[in-house]
Amino acid sequence: MSAFLTVNNLSAALHGYDQRVLRSVSFSIDTGEVLGLVGESGAGKSMIGKAVLGILPSAIEIIEGEILLDGQDLQKMKPADRRRLIGATAALIPQDPLTALNPSRRIEPQITNRLVDILGWGKTDARVRALELLNEVHIDNPERVMGSYPHELSGGMRQRVLIASAFAANPKLVIADEPTTALDVTVQKQILRLIRELQERHSTAMVFVTHDLGVVSKVCQRLSVLYGGKIVENSSVPDFFTGPKHAYSRALLAATPKYTDPDASLLPVDEAVIEAVAAEVLASDKEWRHGG
Amino acid sequence: MKLLRAILLRLATMSVTLIGAAVVVFFVIRVVPGNPIAMMLPPGASEEDIARLTAHYGLDKTILEQFWIWLTGVFHGDFGTSISLRQPVMPLVLGRLPATLELAIFALVIAVVIGGAMALTGVRHRETRTETAVDVANGVGLSIPDFLWALILIVLFGVLMPVFHISGRISPSLDLPFVTQFYVFESIARLRFDLWWDLLKHMFMPALALAIPLAAIISQLLKQSLKETMHLDYVTLSRTKGYSENHVILSEALPNAVLPTLTLIGVQFTFLIGGTVIIERLFSYEGLGNMAIDAVINRDLPLIQGIVIVFALLFTIINLVVDMTYALLNPRLRHA
Ligand SMILES: Nc1ncnc2c1ncn2[C@@H]1O[C@H](COP(=O)(O)OP(=O)(O)OP(=O)(O)O)[C@@H](O)[C@H]1O
Ligand SMILES: [Mg+2]
Repeated sequence: MSAFLTVNNLSAALHGYDQRVLRSVSFSIDTGEVLGLVGESGAGKSMIGKAVLGILPSAIEIIEGEILLDGQDLQKMKPADRRRLIGATAALIPQDPLTALNPSRRIEPQITNRLVDILGWGKTDARVRALELLNEVHIDNPERVMGSYPHELSGGMRQRVLIASAFAANPKLVIADEPTTALDVTVQKQILRLIRELQERHSTAMVFVTHDLGVVSKVCQRLSVLYGGKIVENSSVPDFFTGPKHAYSRALLAATPKYTDPDASLLPVDEAVIEAVAAEVLASDKEWRHGG
Repeated sequence: MKLLRAILLRLATMSVTLIGAAVVVFFVIRVVPGNPIAMMLPPGASEEDIARLTAHYGLDKTILEQFWIWLTGVFHGDFGTSISLRQPVMPLVLGRLPATLELAIFALVIAVVIGGAMALTGVRHRETRTETAVDVANGVGLSIPDFLWALILIVLFGVLMPVFHISGRISPSLDLPFVTQFYVFESIARLRFDLWWDLLKHMFMPALALAIPLAAIISQLLKQSLKETMHLDYVTLSRTKGYSENHVILSEALPNAVLPTLTLIGVQFTFLIGGTVIIERLFSYEGLGNMAIDAVINRDLPLIQGIVIVFALLFTIINLVVDMTYALLNPRLRHA
């Protein structure tokens, strides 16, 4: 297996400041593999996904490093080619299904538009594909849903639609940014199972952003722990859960309630550990400045 | 049925608005001083002449009696006779209305095109000098009222660079084949582009003067709501699909961002029509607004009433059209 996505030494900063929001991030994902990205709020999990998909906020720019998607260096491509490559091979499953669908459009074009406009499919082919996808995400009456507007569907239903839309063009890479956070608990489980199912069936490489180590243990093969935009630990899931190397990872794991608790979320991590990891991040900044 | 009830309710509110406008105008213009009969007679007319004519126009009766007579007339389609022009009011008013409508619609089109283009340009190049330039232009457009724009335009394009006509609706020397008063539309229908061009050269400056402040309002609001929309998740999601910035703005953000602007355009369009009164005067454009000023100067009570009713009807129709368009464009209302 070859790495479909490789991120090398990627740093991003607020435009005009040398305060980095991503600090020399490196990781890679093979086809069919799921990498979990965990870390506290503001750690930069979403930022990594946005950098890969080319949707960083305008205030933030990549200042060094490379992103190789399917072997091509995104930074070196022309913007139009880069957009096309990303649109054709990668997809995003967003966090909030309530805001991620265009309220003034029916569902059908929101699933098929990438196929028709970017990949040049015919309208009927795209429609057939959309129906097939809605079946795949276990929607009972796909015809009706395709003709609906987003506000006519429940949150879980909309997330199914968004998953269908993400898998429409058979992407080789899917970035799921906390895809279940906005849903209620019972629906969360169904959606998680669904994402896993589609990922396995299509052997998709996947970045799975989450707060929840319990989810990581079920969905991912490997994980990266982020703090302050820096990866403090890269590990395989079994290794991580038997013996995390970094003190911060250990603290995260210790702070996670056992998986029997359905509302599992991070408890506060020990102050001393936070101070230590924050100091480590700052030290790496100094090193980076002298090196660069 | 829900829809039927909505329509009936709507018609009821429209009627109340119209009746309200009619009542207010009827009484207000009779309370302000000034005698229409004295205005129309030559100086030195005898007391008897004045009394005879006053009785002829029914102005010797009490206000309530006069109102009753006028109201019963209106229900029979008779809006009275203009005192200064000595002709039935409604044909006079309807004869002038098309000129004003064409001017207002032309101004609206200019405002939407300029305002829309500026908003889109500002958003396409947001957080650059281009956006700053758009903001400055909006500020200037908003801080100068339409009648001052009219004077500025007259100096620029009427005096310094005389490319447009300053006065009138069409050159008097031209032979007019028109059967309706909608000259612009009819000239297009008849493929008489020479006449059409002459009409545009007359309409351009008054329309632009009316359009500039509205264009600035449209530009400002539309740019603001576009910028807010550009941050929304569904817009970001469409970027990841491979769409260009232009496509994202035009087909993802615009259809949603345009709704608040649309409501505002409706309200502002009624203000713009109000603005035609002074602008038509400044450019001696033979529309309803110009006629309204003459009617007021001459204390031509029946004519003023007729003009006000037509304006009020126009405003309620505009509001209705705006609400209907809004419902049509917003799927959440369409199924409600
Ligand atoms: N538009 C922006 N401009 C400037 N800084 C930003 C912007 N968006 C995010 N940041 C900063 O970048 C950092 C990383 O944010 P990011 O959204 O990736 O966090 P996250 O790990 O996804 O957190 P969460 O779990 O809350 O989603 C944060 O410290 C945030 O303050
Ligand atoms: Mg996030």
